Amino acid sequence: MAGHGSNVHSAELASRPGRDGLMSALARWTFISVSLAFLAALLFAPLATVFVTAFGKGLGPYFASFSDSDTAAAIKLTLITAAIVVPLNTIFGLAASWAIAKFDFKGKSFLITLIDLPIAVSPVISGLVYVLMFGLQGWFGAWLQDHNISIIFALPGIVLATLFVTFPYVARELIPLMEQLGNDEEEAAITLGAGGWMTFFRVTLPKIRWGLVYGVILCNARAMGEFGAVSVVSGHIRGLTNTMPLHIEILYNEYAFVSAFAVASLLTLLAVATLVIKTLVEWRTGYRRRR
Amino acid sequence: MSFRQPSILPGFGLTFGFTTFFLGAVVLLPLTALVVRTAMTDWHHVWDVVSSARALASYRLSFGASLLAASINAVFGFIIAWTLVRYDFPGRKIIDALIDMPFALPTAVSGIALTAVFAQNGWFGKYLEPFGIKVAYTWIGIVIALTLIGLPFVVRSVQPALAEVQRDLEDAAETLGAGRFYVFLRIILPTVLPSLATGFTMAFARAVGEYGSVIFIAGNLPLKTEITPLLIVIRLEEFDYGGAAALGFVMLLISFVMLLTINLLQAWGRRRLVGDRR
Repeated sequence: MAGHGSNVHSAELASRPGRDGLMSALARWTFISVSLAFLAALLFAPLATVFVTAFGKGLGPYFASFSDSDTAAAIKLTLITAAIVVPLNTIFGLAASWAIAKFDFKGKSFLITLIDLPIAVSPVISGLVYVLMFGLQGWFGAWLQDHNISIIFALPGIVLATLFVTFPYVARELIPLMEQLGNDEEEAAITLGAGGWMTFFRVTLPKIRWGLVYGVILCNARAMGEFGAVSVVSGHIRGLTNTMPLHIEILYNEYAFVSAFAVASLLTLLAVATLVIKTLVEWRTGYRRRR
Repeated sequence: MSFRQPSILPGFGLTFGFTTFFLGAVVLLPLTALVVRTAMTDWHHVWDVVSSARALASYRLSFGASLLAASINAVFGFIIAWTLVRYDFPGRKIIDALIDMPFALPTAVSGIALTAVFAQNGWFGKYLEPFGIKVAYTWIGIVIALTLIGLPFVVRSVQPALAEVQRDLEDAAETLGAGRFYVFLRIILPTVLPSLATGFTMAFARAVGEYGSVIFIAGNLPLKTEITPLLIVIRLEEFDYGGAAALGFVMLLISFVMLLTINLLQAWGRRRLVGDRR
């Protein structure tokens, strides 16, 4: 990952020979305006409409949207789900990246492919698999009902589906970063007598902390925003099993547009905050992650 | 031949064990349940569900719209990547950061926002309406939603490849009398082609499974604007677990093939890059 886009300097661009003609100015102007027009229509207009509709009837109705008890319950459920899922996937990401980046073993690339699998799988399938296992007609359905345990249409199902969908994010961030940083310092620490945990906390963690921060933030954004998978397992019980994205759907289908877009504006702000942190991390490390 | 290369670093057993255990419990076991459930369902029923007119129409729509969206992204994603890598203009860094927006934005939000913009009374919809162009609640809307969510995959694949195009090669070619277009065709395109193909495949794979942003703008009419993931949800709501599993299995097979293709394309890209450096 040598040079990358963000580091092209205008001085370098200007120094190219034969780049000051009318044609090249025209090409430049065309490329920039086509790019901006495409992004404006597809991305900026929808983003703006979220806030314009949310605040369309003034500040009062905007804030009144959040005093609704079902909305408050949806926000709470989303926060609880993220609070369970993100730490689990962070621990997994750290373990997976240590095993994969620090050691050479057979079937490593196959293991990476399996870790990436949830990204390629449709969110609907991510929810479906848990319904097939724990749903009423699923493998453990009858047993669970006999023992009065609810997983599907309850919090555990929502947590499991979210866990599945956001599974690879921290690991994907850390594996290339740790591979790039190498093992030299860890090996030195071990040779000098440090224990494994001490090496991890005092040597590895400080090196990877910014990548870890971004991985965790991204995992969190995906966890709070997941719709398809959660929709399949949630059962859409108002005030009980509705997360924020599901609540947006209900409000939208009831034509409560101000409320729907008000809740959407919170998730949009979360996405913006995620991107701001990502940009800060990239400036800080000069490292652009691979996909 | 041992399973792993010796290393003085500790913790392989613990981290590898935890990784495979967690992977197995969260991802592999549930996916196995899907395969087993399909296998255990009456074969006639599986065939009926998978080959019903409604299912066939949904495959056509899901794959057709995804292919179109990924193609649009290949063209405009390349243009945007080119603009971001080659030109400096006010706000370039902000635009660059915003490219990842569809990746961080919840799909339900992009779904309702796109619908609002393209509905008959929306910002764009009201100007398209007089021309008889309906976007929301038609297949065009589906293509637009799928284009939005696939865009970052293409831009982010192509960007680093474009940055690595050797400028001195371009300069040399131009000194030797090659036109701009010839340079593009013979130097730039071959360098970025593997990344462009990877981005295209990723955008396509993501689009085929997409649910949240599509269902708001699609209209969801059977045989017309009903995507395959929605059909799975409908089967599930009818408590036809076997049918839902069968449709899911078909989609899973396709995802797996795509993932394999992405890996092969990336290997191709790496080989070409190594070849370049020799």
